[in-house]
Amino acid sequence: MSDLRKVNIDGQEIEVPADYTVMQACEQAGAEIPRFCYHERLSIAGNCRMCLVEWVGAPKPQASCALQVKDLRPNRDGSPANIRTDSEIVKKAREGVMEFLLINHPLDCPICDQGGECDLQDQAMGYGRDGSRFEENKRAVDDKFMGPLVKTVMTRCIQCTRCVRFITEVAGVEEIGLASRGEDAEITTYLEKSLTSEMSGNVIDLCPVGALTSKPYAFNARPWELEPTETIDVMDAVGSNIRVDSRGGRVLRILPIINDDINEEWISDKTRFVWDGLGRQRLDKPYIRKNGQLVQASWGEALDLAASKLKADPETIAAIAGDLADSEAMKALKDLMDALGVKNMDCRQDGSGLGMGPRQEYLMNTTIAGIEQADALLIVGADVRHEAPLVNTRIRKSWIYSGLEIGMIGEAYDLTYDYDHVGTTPEDLQAFLKSTKGFARKLKSAKNPMILIGTGALARKDGAQILRLCGEIAKKYKMVRKDWNGFNVLQTAASRVAGLDMGFLPAKDGLDLAGILKACKKGTVKTVYSLGADEIDEAGFGDAFVIYQGSHGDRGAHRADIVLPAAAYTEKDALWVNTEGRVQMGRMAVSPKGEAKIDWAIIRALSSKCDRTLPYNNLEELRTKLFADHPTFAGLNVAPGADGASAFDPAKLGKAGKVNKAPLRSQISDFYFTNPVARASAVMAECSAVGDSDMINEAAE
Amino acid sequence: MTRIVQFIKAAFFLEFIKAFFLAMKYFFAPKATINYPFEKGPLSPRFRGEHALRRYPNGEERCIACKLCEAICPAQAIVIEAEPREDGSRRTTRYDIDMTKCIYCGLCQEACPVDAIVEGPNFEYATETREELFYDKDRLLANGDRWEREIAMNLKKDAPYR
Repeated sequence: MSDLRKVNIDGQEIEVPADYTVMQACEQAGAEIPRFCYHERLSIAGNCRMCLVEWVGAPKPQASCALQVKDLRPNRDGSPANIRTDSEIVKKAREGVMEFLLINHPLDCPICDQGGECDLQDQAMGYGRDGSRFEENKRAVDDKFMGPLVKTVMTRCIQCTRCVRFITEVAGVEEIGLASRGEDAEITTYLEKSLTSEMSGNVIDLCPVGALTSKPYAFNARPWELEPTETIDVMDAVGSNIRVDSRGGRVLRILPIINDDINEEWISDKTRFVWDGLGRQRLDKPYIRKNGQLVQASWGEALDLAASKLKADPETIAAIAGDLADSEAMKALKDLMDALGVKNMDCRQDGSGLGMGPRQEYLMNTTIAGIEQADALLIVGADVRHEAPLVNTRIRKSWIYSGLEIGMIGEAYDLTYDYDHVGTTPEDLQAFLKSTKGFARKLKSAKNPMILIGTGALARKDGAQILRLCGEIAKKYKMVRKDWNGFNVLQTAASRVAGLDMGFLPAKDGLDLAGILKACKKGTVKTVYSLGADEIDEAGFGDAFVIYQGSHGDRGAHRADIVLPAAAYTEKDALWVNTEGRVQMGRMAVSPKGEAKIDWAIIRALSSKCDRTLPYNNLEELRTKLFADHPTFAGLNVAPGADGASAFDPAKLGKAGKVNKAPLRSQISDFYFTNPVARASAVMAECSAVGDSDMINEAAE
Repeated sequence: MTRIVQFIKAAFFLEFIKAFFLAMKYFFAPKATINYPFEKGPLSPRFRGEHALRRYPNGEERCIACKLCEAICPAQAIVIEAEPREDGSRRTTRYDIDMTKCIYCGLCQEACPVDAIVEGPNFEYATETREELFYDKDRLLANGDRWEREIAMNLKKDAPYR
């Protein structure tokens, strides 16, 4: 902020940094500049010409998005340059641009899904003529195939190239381009193939007209009919801020909300298009298994039966929390289990051994925004692109703009950026610890080095040893100091950090997940309370009596003996803790389906049937208790980051010992099927099928 | 003075005579009363009667589910749901008008970009039950088919003033 320049905008003199564009300066002065091609988070193209302003003295109007303040010459008398945004010249220039844009635009707003939230529509209100002077034929462009998510009507395109820049710069796949020139210019995909990016849905938001719209949402609703609710996404542990648009109790679309600390302005395709899964395969009534069949039951019957099972010897009972469980539900379940004297509890459905050390052990301490400060990054066994697409775009951003050096130990994934592939197995990790060459040297010379450990590397038999190795690397390369914590674990489940924070873990002498499953097979654990634990193999529970509470009829419900229907993530007010340890509040967009109830209320009702009534009657009281027992939950929207880093010694994490030879790899086999909501979604199934067929085609070639 | 005028009027039955002539004038004048329902009065081409959904001459329904009528309806009498038809075109799957809510303001036909929803010249659609006045898409399209000639004529007559 040292290099400030004065500029006179509409008679008002302001001082802005020299590297501001004129558009930014105008915005700071309160003048609104219309634009199509310019976007804050993409490179500047300057091709729509809608942002023209008058620079007094210059022969022609200037494109304000592409002109920097430092390039403005002062007036002859030395006074700051005069920019006018409201003069007759400006208005006329913009009207001319608008007229040219509308020459080939079909004006089919009534059948266009962008209608009502279209930049061209809005700006034509300000700068459009009432009729056209163009008497020739409009051009028509063939629609392009962009996969199952993005619908194209290319005649509507105004060639702003936002989609091209997004796919190239942010998504990093270079699959859209502008072919030909002049009147023949058209946006096209590479060989008409489906987009392979997991971020492709964002081009729908970026498109200022209706050329790229959402295929699953096609013709469903108009923007003015929808009721927006701002909430938190749970498809991964990033906790993207989203807006859920619903109408008449149905979720119709999901859009991102800007949050620079987390998702910037993007969300992944899974987050955006999973909504159709919220209406399918839903559990809307309680069920009880009778003679091998799940039979509909009343809430009273189901709860009575569940309570009678939970009143047994606490040694024979266990509780497992799944990936989509909200904090309140886990807190209620933990309190109930504590009251019953049950020690066998686990929230680590993936089987990792995290949660035994300090809080930093399982968090992404650098924070997502912190990646931009890092200058060297070692990824250990994580397919970041599919485990947390928004963390991946941050890494890519840092790689492009601040020259982040990246190394990788583990299976080599296509992460959209280049990295040094240091090794694949845990032994390579040991070797790296002793190495001084190659990436190790880069890491050594880095100012802000960081390590990012995937849960795939930790959820294995030698997970504790790998954690120790990673901790030693962090120590050796001085990744943890007072104002910087470069030790990161990349969680993939939305519920995990909350579960670990509140200690939803085996109590002393209690069994962990592996122990519970073994005991189920042996018959020593007779009843399992599964809070949406859907990733566990059906056979894993042996002959145990399974009480399943969840929203979708997935693996967990198939195995269950009692099904208690609960709310999905858009149907409850709940706290979510993301991988950075940031607590965020999700809000209820629609009410739960059928007879389903909010999760914590089910457990509260069950507790009174068990004669262990939990001491809260509403959400406020529950949260008050949660905050009192676990103060970390009270700090909303704050990530701890480097707080307490000086007391954190990464080299003491985990256990020393031998590691095995199996390569480090991600736990995610199919990005589109990682949770019950996504598995219920037809759109996700289509995406997954497209991905598979692409791979088959490539293999055939 | 007024008393004198009053006296003269009363003495010469002036008011009676005046009233008699008025009665006679209307007695011989053409009658305004018509023998409804056998006779019907004239209607303006802009008359806003029962709604109808029109089709193109080739039989394709005009409505493209833009939902502008639903948005503008001040009585919120219109409910539309839409999805892509098999050929990919934008069409309604549901088009309901609650005729008991409708206030016949005509904003729906003003908003319609394709002249699909119109208020036709028919005003004789009284029903015995309330439910019969909840019109659905089939009913509206049938109305359109039945009244198309009159509607088209009215639109043509009104066109120069639009």
